[in-house]
Amino acid sequence: MRTTILQTAITLLMPLFFLFSLYLLFRGHNEPGGGFIGGLTGGIAFVFHAMVFDSRVTRRLFRLNPVRLIAVGLFLAIFSGVIALFAGEPFLSSVWADFYLPVIGRPGTPIVFDIGVYLLVIGVVVQITFTMSTL
Amino acid sequence: MLLAVLAGFLLSGLVPLIHRFLPRISGVIFSLLPAALFIWFLSLLPGVVAGDGILETYRWIPVLGIELSFFLDGLSLFFVLLITGFGFFIFLYAGSYLRGHRYFDRFYIYLFLFMSSMLGLTLSGNLISMFVFWELTSLSSYMLIGFYNENETSRKNALQAMLVTVFGGLAMMAGIILTGMIAGSYQFSELLSNNEALKEHPWYLATLILILLGAFTKSAQFPFHFWLPNAMAAPAPVSAYLHSTTMVKAGIYLLARISPIFGGTPEWSAILTSVGGVTMLMGALLAIQYTDLKKILAYTTISALGIMVFLIGIGTNLAVQAAMVFLLAHALYKGTLFLVTGNIDHETGTREVTELSGLAKKLPYTAFAAVLASMSMAGVLPFFGFISKEILYEAALDFSAGNILIISAVFITGAIFAALALEIGYSIFFGSYKETPKKAHEAPPLMLAGPVLFASLGLVGGLFAEFLIRPLLGSSAAAVLNVEQVFKLTLWHGFTLVLLLSLLTLVSGYLIYRFRYMIRGWAGSLQPLYRYGPGAGYQKLIPGLLYLATAQTGFFQNGSLRNYISSIVGFFTFLIILTLATRNLEFDLIGRLALYTEFRIYEVVMAGLIIIAFFVIINARSRLTTIVAMGVLGYGIAIIFLFYGAPDVAMTQFLIETLTVVLFVLILHRLPSFIHSGRFEGVGYLIISAAFGLVMAYLLLMVTGFPLESELRGIYAESSYPLGRGRNVVNVILVDFRQLDTLGEIVVLAIAAIGIYSMIKVKYNEGGPGK
Repeated sequence: MRTTILQTAITLLMPLFFLFSLYLLFRGHNEPGGGFIGGLTGGIAFVFHAMVFDSRVTRRLFRLNPVRLIAVGLFLAIFSGVIALFAGEPFLSSVWADFYLPVIGRPGTPIVFDIGVYLLVIGVVVQITFTMSTL
Repeated sequence: MLLAVLAGFLLSGLVPLIHRFLPRISGVIFSLLPAALFIWFLSLLPGVVAGDGILETYRWIPVLGIELSFFLDGLSLFFVLLITGFGFFIFLYAGSYLRGHRYFDRFYIYLFLFMSSMLGLTLSGNLISMFVFWELTSLSSYMLIGFYNENETSRKNALQAMLVTVFGGLAMMAGIILTGMIAGSYQFSELLSNNEALKEHPWYLATLILILLGAFTKSAQFPFHFWLPNAMAAPAPVSAYLHSTTMVKAGIYLLARISPIFGGTPEWSAILTSVGGVTMLMGALLAIQYTDLKKILAYTTISALGIMVFLIGIGTNLAVQAAMVFLLAHALYKGTLFLVTGNIDHETGTREVTELSGLAKKLPYTAFAAVLASMSMAGVLPFFGFISKEILYEAALDFSAGNILIISAVFITGAIFAALALEIGYSIFFGSYKETPKKAHEAPPLMLAGPVLFASLGLVGGLFAEFLIRPLLGSSAAAVLNVEQVFKLTLWHGFTLVLLLSLLTLVSGYLIYRFRYMIRGWAGSLQPLYRYGPGAGYQKLIPGLLYLATAQTGFFQNGSLRNYISSIVGFFTFLIILTLATRNLEFDLIGRLALYTEFRIYEVVMAGLIIIAFFVIINARSRLTTIVAMGVLGYGIAIIFLFYGAPDVAMTQFLIETLTVVLFVLILHRLPSFIHSGRFEGVGYLIISAAFGLVMAYLLLMVTGFPLESELRGIYAESSYPLGRGRNVVNVILVDFRQLDTLGEIVVLAIAAIGIYSMIKVKYNEGGPGK
């Protein structure tokens, strides 16, 4: 499916896809969205790219090893739960900071957890795509 | 005590680091841990002997009433000192024995794990935590037996040892759970005060047998003894540490620990004395047939374990004391002899007794240790082994009241021990020197420290038994008997029947030694019999199990995805129908359906599209059509989610559908050719899916028909903002209220991704796609 129109369109759309996926991730707490949906959107951007270009090109664009991304995501998710242990709460209790950040709002462990989910889902989708396309 | 138990687990991580920077002295550094633990526990000795047990409790799983508790009394202290004391010398010894081995650091990691598990096992104050550590010892023992992992026998034997002990462990777990159900507690102290209820319960015998299975497999009792000689594939320090002094005694420890709880009944003493007695006699008779030093020691260890089980089964004051004394005596001499064997093997290159002679000149210190230890094994006068033999005879005489069968079993065992002791302590080291595969020379000092010290303790312990060893063994036996009493250990009992028996044992031992070649010749003709032994049974059982597993996997997993899905869905539907049919629930179907008569036009259109897509799938002739039609179907369902106010679910569904279609398109040209299911199969699939859909619809109608008793929905909706600080309830549930579920799901996702990766990678490397 290497058509010029699709290739150009995907190249232009990739950043948009990505921004949208981040948007979905951060608005997730109050509106429809969240780490899982955001991660899927972000992952699909690369899946399209791999479909339109060659998966080797996508691999170069992606740069990271997706398995490592999975590991980082999982680590963040578990780490967000461990933070509560230091505050003397049971594992996975949510802990919130006392200040506000622009865009994110009040930082707390659920958002860290969601970011972990986001990274992991991107990693999983991209990993599966890469593996499948090298078949 | 928590720290003492966990120290090994925690520090094992540092092992590779220390070994990398200080490879020459790392063995010595590692042995500081058992040394420190030994000293610390020794400092607790006076308090424990005075009768003050120490109990530490940590909350673990409060919902199930399970605590992590550690309990130190005479019995556990005895074992702990054995574990750490032997541990120190074994750690030193192994540093020298395995010097320069590729997996040196790995070996110490396993040893650390083992030692800590063993400490945990003996210090646990309740059955559950003891069981966890129990299984950990099986696991670390597996890794230690299979340490020479390039060797196939070694791997096989490790697996055998683990399968046998884990089988016992599993049975024991069932027994533990039964105990908990009967007594309402897993805590030893509470079981102790509740033991009458346990003993009178109709499940008593079943519970007892299940728990005993665990102890018998671990302590290599007949008919589970066959794994222990095979476990001798392990390096010598492992054999000395795990398979003679500590791990195999875990079963003995368990029996001793539960004997005040379960013991004292006719069943208890019948099972223990018969199993122990058979094992004792059989182990000794088998030991005399072998010429491999390690095999000889392994079978005598089995026999010795049989003696201990037998004694605990008798359960009288005298017998329990005898068991404790014998346990220590055996640990001292058998530990020494295993290490001596290691030295001989290491320095001469052979372990065959027939090839070894006159080694005393070449290995003088090893010979010194071996001679002392074998004298203790034979039960010669001033040694500790003598005391233990005396008290053993006393207990046996007292119990059997002249039962000639028991006395002769004990007597034969003792005589064979004496004969083998002569073989090890005399024939190997004295006489004319025989050439050995390697040029024989003395072992390095670190490999001598342990054997020489243990052997000397066997002598000193005998001479000063009353004041060196009695306090510890006394409080240990008292814990087993659940009484407050101490006993006397004296070397000289006067001219009694027991002394006569003891002397007779030595004489017959000498006779057996003289005629050992003849006996081995006879034994050779017994070989065909072993084809029916439990070891051979195991050899038949395992391939049989594997065959069964292959056959049933081949049947259920024939590789056709359609087949999997239709059988899963079909069976699921069947289960639901079965449940609905047997429960006879009252439900007004027509009334419920009547509520759903108003449809908006776009809903009808969507439903129509879905149905059309479904028929396209059924009749599709190419894979591409199927995929596209599946996509339409999925999108249709997502839109219906949207209609009914579930934007998060709909969004996820959209994305997943997109992803599925794109991924399919990506690999389309790699897939095998599309198999159009025939008319017959197609109708089959149609029936299954229609049945599934109808049943699910029926179920949903029914479930929503009942008033929702759960307050969960309200709680989630109300507390989402104040507690979870988010207005999207679905997301707050995902990342906050039910975060653990999400964590589990993403772990599954990660595993799936890695699984797909490795599966395809392996297949690809095997010779490309299509294979």
